[in-house]
Amino acid sequence: MSALLEVRDLSVAYGAIEAVRDISFTVEAGHIVSLIGSNGAGKTTTLRTISGLLRPTGGEIVFDGKPIHDQPAHTILGSGLAHCPEGRRLFPRMTVEENLQLGAYVRKDDGVEADMQNVYELFPVLGERRHNKAGLFSGGEQQMLAIGRAMMSKPKLLMLDEPSMGLSPIMTQLIFDTIKELQKQGTTILLVEQNALAALALSDHGYVIDLGQTTLDGPGHELLADERVRAAYLGED
Amino acid sequence: MSTLLQQLANGVVQGALIALIALGYTMVYGIIQLINFAHGEVFMVGAYGGLATYTWIVPESVKDVWYVSLPIVLVGGVAVSVAIALLMERFAYRPLRNAPRLAPLITALGVSVFLQEFVRNFYPNATAALPFPGVFVQGQLVIGPIRVGWSGILLIGVSVLLSIALQTYINRSRMGRAMRATAQDPDTAKLMGVNPDRVIVLTFVLGAALAGVAGVLFGTYLNNINTDMGFQTGIFAFTAAVLGGVGSIRGAVVGAFIIGLVKTLAGQYMPGGTQYDYVWIFVVLILVLVFRPQGLFGEPERVRA
Ligand SMILES: Nc1ncnc2c1ncn2[C@@H]1O[C@H](COP(=O)(O)OP(=O)(O)O)[C@@H](O)[C@H]1O
Ligand SMILES: [Mg+2]
Repeated sequence: MSALLEVRDLSVAYGAIEAVRDISFTVEAGHIVSLIGSNGAGKTTTLRTISGLLRPTGGEIVFDGKPIHDQPAHTILGSGLAHCPEGRRLFPRMTVEENLQLGAYVRKDDGVEADMQNVYELFPVLGERRHNKAGLFSGGEQQMLAIGRAMMSKPKLLMLDEPSMGLSPIMTQLIFDTIKELQKQGTTILLVEQNALAALALSDHGYVIDLGQTTLDGPGHELLADERVRAAYLGED
Repeated sequence: MSTLLQQLANGVVQGALIALIALGYTMVYGIIQLINFAHGEVFMVGAYGGLATYTWIVPESVKDVWYVSLPIVLVGGVAVSVAIALLMERFAYRPLRNAPRLAPLITALGVSVFLQEFVRNFYPNATAALPFPGVFVQGQLVIGPIRVGWSGILLIGVSVLLSIALQTYINRSRMGRAMRATAQDPDTAKLMGVNPDRVIVLTFVLGAALAGVAGVLFGTYLNNINTDMGFQTGIFAFTAAVLGGVGSIRGAVVGAFIIGLVKTLAGQYMPGGTQYDYVWIFVVLILVLVFRPQGLFGEPERVRA
């Protein structure tokens, strides 16, 4: 097993406000790894920094053996790291099909059409509405499209930022089942969630982030059993 | 009646010219939210580039053969417009990409004045208006009471054709998709692997190419160019873009034809004549913006998540 993504002592600041302080974690190839933590803990900031949208003030990010923390954001996807951002961030005035085509923007091979069909098979509702504008969709449908779009680049590592946010329990279950299925197909997953219970149940490894720092980590089922985690994130005393 | 029909025809020619320039304003605004006030000068240098090409590059023997000389003059005008726009983007606007919005706006005004003065001082005899050759079929198309120079017909045809081509390119091509993605959500476009610099450069190039064509066809139509032409026509084009909904391709074209018609009709029928056509154009603009602040085809202002 080799680490596909390694984040070492990462610090990120918004002006004078340090949102992430010395976070370190590792994502092994083939794993689902989750970062859990309450609102404002620094999870989104961490993912946006890995994607190059923010610059770290310290530390390093190594993906697939290469440091990427100096790379411009638009080059990150090409190296195999896809980011499905918080709030879906679809292109609302474009159709389903155009959103998927943009997901495959960096690809030069001719398998794009076939992969689009795969997305439509995985989420039939997207296929039925492929010529509709994405902005008109429900939260669940938007999340399916956001995941489908991220998959279109055939990433080695897929980062998902709160995919269950605002979804019904049934839709949440569908999304989590899909994540598990993507792992089976060989995609490594870095999952950020406030829904700690569902995320940890799915994860090979989890990290708890609080106030910009990693406070705990361990295999998903162990964290689920940990009293501190249960007290803080699962609403138990 | 015949005067009205004639003025309507003139208005359509004006609209066609304004549309070619308004497209550049609207595209650049759509991508980087900059009103590029120097875009009128990109149109102006296109005309001078075309004139220089005609004067020094087109061989004497084919100067009067329009179907040889016009393409060469167009290429020359477009090349100069595109080169100037590239320099402007690289050295004036790119360093200000993350500066407060006012900084690039003021820079644009500075670039505009600089280009006018530069051409006035360094193009031979450009301190006065210069004659521009009629590098197209001479004479007029006569339909009943209406007369339009063939070069005006050319302007209409080229403007409509290029607007449709641009719209198709932006809607159908891979780079067009990247442009729309960058306009809708620049950060997420980067996550898709879209290089924002490439999109911005392409946007400036497309806008400048259209302005360069407009510059040459304007010269061919009016047979006369001066260094203020960019400023004057630029204001009409900018107004057309705002009227149509800045950022919208279709809006820019529709807005341009409205402005062209208002300008010629007001010049004919309103008190003050052509001296005051500006006034009526701004009246129309203000009325539209009061009732539809986003312009005719614009998206309502929305807050990004
Ligand atoms: N654009 C921003 N400017 C300033 N502070 C920010 C910005 N985005 C997030 N923050 C702050 O950084 C901290 C971490 O935020 P975030 O990474 O969004 O947390 P999470 O995703 O874990 O909820 C919070 O205190 C938040 O207020
Ligand atoms: Mg977040």
